[in-house]
Amino acid sequence: MTMRRLWIGLTVIVFAVLLVIPLLRIVQGAFDDGWSGFAAGISRPEALHALLMTGIITVSVTLINTFFGVMLSMYMVRASWLGKRLKAVMNGIVDLPFAVSPVIGGLMIVLLLGPDSAAGALLGKAGIDIVYAWPGMILATLFVTFPIVIREVMPVLQEIGSQQEEAAHMMGAYAWTTFWRVTWPQIKWSVVYGVILTIARCLGEFGAVLVVSGNIINKTQTATTLVYQDVENFDLTAANTVALVLAAASVLLLLTMEWSKSRKEVH
Amino acid sequence: MHVEVRGLNKTFGSFQAVKDVSFSVAKGQLIGLLGPSGGGKTSILRMLAGLESPDSGDIVFHGQRVNDLPPQERGIGFVFQNYALFKHMTVSENIAFGLEVKKWNKAKIKERVASLTELTGLKGFESRYPHQLSGGQRQRVAFARALAPEPQLLLLDEPFAAIDAKIRHELRSWLREMIDRLGITSIFVTHDQDEAIEVADEIMIINKGNLEQKGSPWEIYKDPKTPFVAGFIGESRIVDNIGALHGFADAAVSAGTKGLIRPEYIEIGRKEEFAQLLSATESGRVSHIHFRGSEWLVEVEVGGIKLVTYRSLEKEVLHPGDEVQVLVHRAYLFNDNDSWVMENKLKADQNFVYI
Repeated sequence: MTMRRLWIGLTVIVFAVLLVIPLLRIVQGAFDDGWSGFAAGISRPEALHALLMTGIITVSVTLINTFFGVMLSMYMVRASWLGKRLKAVMNGIVDLPFAVSPVIGGLMIVLLLGPDSAAGALLGKAGIDIVYAWPGMILATLFVTFPIVIREVMPVLQEIGSQQEEAAHMMGAYAWTTFWRVTWPQIKWSVVYGVILTIARCLGEFGAVLVVSGNIINKTQTATTLVYQDVENFDLTAANTVALVLAAASVLLLLTMEWSKSRKEVH
Repeated sequence: MHVEVRGLNKTFGSFQAVKDVSFSVAKGQLIGLLGPSGGGKTSILRMLAGLESPDSGDIVFHGQRVNDLPPQERGIGFVFQNYALFKHMTVSENIAFGLEVKKWNKAKIKERVASLTELTGLKGFESRYPHQLSGGQRQRVAFARALAPEPQLLLLDEPFAAIDAKIRHELRSWLREMIDRLGITSIFVTHDQDEAIEVADEIMIINKGNLEQKGSPWEIYKDPKTPFVAGFIGESRIVDNIGALHGFADAAVSAGTKGLIRPEYIEIGRKEEFAQLLSATESGRVSHIHFRGSEWLVEVEVGGIKLVTYRSLEKEVLHPGDEVQVLVHRAYLFNDNDSWVMENKLKADQNFVYI
């Protein structure tokens, strides 16, 4: 009995030290100078620009990865014209971004598309900057978050099997109707779950974006890299205000996720 | 719908699932594809449905080749082994699906769904989800859903496999009755011979991708064309040295001939139980007896040959070790070239003498 109490107590302490106290510290830090300090920190042009940048990246990456994630999951689970071997290889490659450090992911993009590379030079001549500009940042975030939707959707597709889809074909439904009326209703909550995780990851992505963006203020700076710069400059209140906005968004997402999880279990 | 299949072949990788299968099915018939698991029955069914495409061969409906027609255009109802009901739709939504896809008008859909739920005894369950139904009810939803768009051919893949034994019986006769009433050509796959014999007008025995025999259940039982069919239908035992049995000496003439004997081909009993036929019997020893609920299953040894037979509960109970007389009425003989049914020679002689 006492052992159990001890363990419970220890768990609560770890939870508090690791999660609750840092969160409270951010809130406290953000309001060190009261409301005005918070307002000043958040209304700096670079802060607004960084949050906008993060917003744009998050929206575009989530849209692209959701669309292609669902499509690729369908192919990897259903397509009979893809060989078993090829599917296994693809399945392995999908996990690569999880295995590789985001910094290295960013570095790969710099090496492939940076100004010193052949492709980058060519694109640069055409007036398209990839690295040290928003396309590179989106690419880097796409890379980092690529597996998330796929890893959520694939197991569900495998579990529901192809027979319901075949039954729909037998009743005259072609691929598109079958997808929307039979497959989608059964995978939608896992897609929602994947989308939430993708958003959370986009908001928090640091390493890959830092390498690719060059962290140019008012140009290629995101919320996370701004926090990093503020800390470097010992402007802790400013850092805390941006961090609080990010943290609040994450908490909101987690709550949504819990809700979607409970919905997911309904079906 | 009249169905004709010619020279159908299908391989999966290096495995040949279906080998040169040809058959035709007359309109309104109920056909059972019977055979061991993995024998190619389901592959044949899926090729008819268009869910799998044959490597070679023709599938002809109503005199028209449909090989290149997608499943959506074939006008076939398909009942899947695990029903494949749409989990997120209610019973009536499941049944209405095919009609909505075909763009029927709302009033007609409602009417059709109502008549099908009535027909399949699902009235009152229209707004339930599949997980709220019993196995038998799910099966009937699958059946109603497949029938809704008025298909010309109904294909059923192991329709009773997932249902417990008792309800399976009821459902079988229900399905038979339903198909009779609708007059729809139907083909079903099963590995259960009782099911095929009880339900089908004609059975096709499929083994290792080959169509072994097609015929009425009685024809197949009475006159099996291949050793596989003989062994698959009914219970049986193979006897290697069939010539050693009393009355089957002729069988030993061509070397390598084996005999297949069904329990019902054999009669056993005390000497006094065989009047005139006594000379056609030979003596054996009971080695085991098993109570089968409605009869005894008796294992008996005759000169080193092990045979099995049934014995009525009305007759005197035998015990292991008892000396009994064994009469083998007939055997199904086969060798590498041929197969035929042979009646007990001595028994035939006896009859001749006594008539």
